[in-house]
Amino acid sequence: MPPPAAAAPATTPAAPTVGLSRQRLWRALTEPLLRQNPVTLQILGICSALAVTTSLAAALTMSAALTAVVVMAAGIISVIRRHIPPSIRNIVQIVIIASLVVVIDQVIRAYLPDLSRRLSVFVSLIATNCIVMGRTESFARRNPPLPAMADALGNGLGYSIVLILIGTVRELFGAGTLMGRPILVSVDAGGWYEPLGLMLLPPSAFFLLGFLVWAVRSRWPEQAEPPDFVPPDVAEGRP
Amino acid sequence: MTGLGALFLQAALVENMPLTFFLGLCTFLALSRRPGTAAGLGAAMIFVLGVTVPLNHLVYRALLAPGAWGWAGMPELDLSYLSLIAFIGVIAATVQLLEMLMDRFMPGLHAAFGVFLPLLTVQCAILGGSLFMVERRYGLAESAVYGLGAGAGFALAVVMLGAIRARLAYADLPAGLRGLGVTFMLAGMMSLGFSAFAQMVAQ
Repeated sequence: MPPPAAAAPATTPAAPTVGLSRQRLWRALTEPLLRQNPVTLQILGICSALAVTTSLAAALTMSAALTAVVVMAAGIISVIRRHIPPSIRNIVQIVIIASLVVVIDQVIRAYLPDLSRRLSVFVSLIATNCIVMGRTESFARRNPPLPAMADALGNGLGYSIVLILIGTVRELFGAGTLMGRPILVSVDAGGWYEPLGLMLLPPSAFFLLGFLVWAVRSRWPEQAEPPDFVPPDVAEGRP
Repeated sequence: MTGLGALFLQAALVENMPLTFFLGLCTFLALSRRPGTAAGLGAAMIFVLGVTVPLNHLVYRALLAPGAWGWAGMPELDLSYLSLIAFIGVIAATVQLLEMLMDRFMPGLHAAFGVFLPLLTVQCAILGGSLFMVERRYGLAESAVYGLGAGAGFALAVVMLGAIRARLAYADLPAGLRGLGVTFMLAGMMSLGFSAFAQMVAQ
């Protein structure tokens, strides 16, 4: 798993000059959006991502919940980073993240009961989302709160972009609606669009994400080949 | 007994963790390069899920469920909002135990797992198994069967994916599709195949 570029200067927690720091903040925020996207580049956080993308509303809720959790977790862990003993840091991080997730889950349950039922256990599963653990472990643990939160926000938004993209495609072509409102009027409602039922089934999420990864990696070819996936004797079989 | 058998098949095939619920995809994709590693991961998943789901069931029933503290004169106490943290604690302890046992008795497999065994602590499929157990109100026997079935389904899927990827190592794929991209496509096709099992419950 390639370490994100933004984490490279992380070993020197001393605050750099203001201008440089602002630049670094901006980089930490924007790099994970597309180039260093946590989902397409690092295979992080897809666990709970694909199941909720059958409708755009669910995808939006999930994105907002995850972004809130990752930003707050990064902030809290970064503030107390000097007081966490390294040997038990995983447990401390998990407890902090899980507590935040419990809060978010209760909030969604209170104010969006319908969506909460549709998201089922997947909001709780943010606790085990690799993005959250990954960001706190690799970045927030060694950086001051502001860059840590910027980095977390960037990663949360990068995840959201993927989720919203897939959610839009699946809901639009699977049901002909967006946010529950009909866009492509389906045959049942007297329109012309025959809904593509496959889009609402699990396989389509895999295919869409596969195509998305393909597109991103064709745009930035340096991401393409994980080095240990080279077939051992390519040269032998070719003329 | 037919109920439990059906539940096992349902957990393993119809509601396959990685392929229909997208749970545990991180390890599913990362550890499926070789069938051997995949088989090890599958065995670990069966064990961890088979142990933690009934264990968490006991914890939930005894301490967290609404009314569990009735014997202590607090029948209104509802601690179920704590279940997430409690489950993670139980799972972390189980994984730690498994790691120590493997280090002692199967050092080869332990070395093959490397960094990924501790990651099972934060594995969505394992936590998801416990959360589904609560959501669907399984009994103790049911939750044990459900855990084993879900683990077996994960093992089946990851070994199959590992086998396909091992063969595809020699395929000449477009650069952008290599590795992760084609693995998603494979998982999608396997998911398509597994969705045929959905007919089993319908009847």
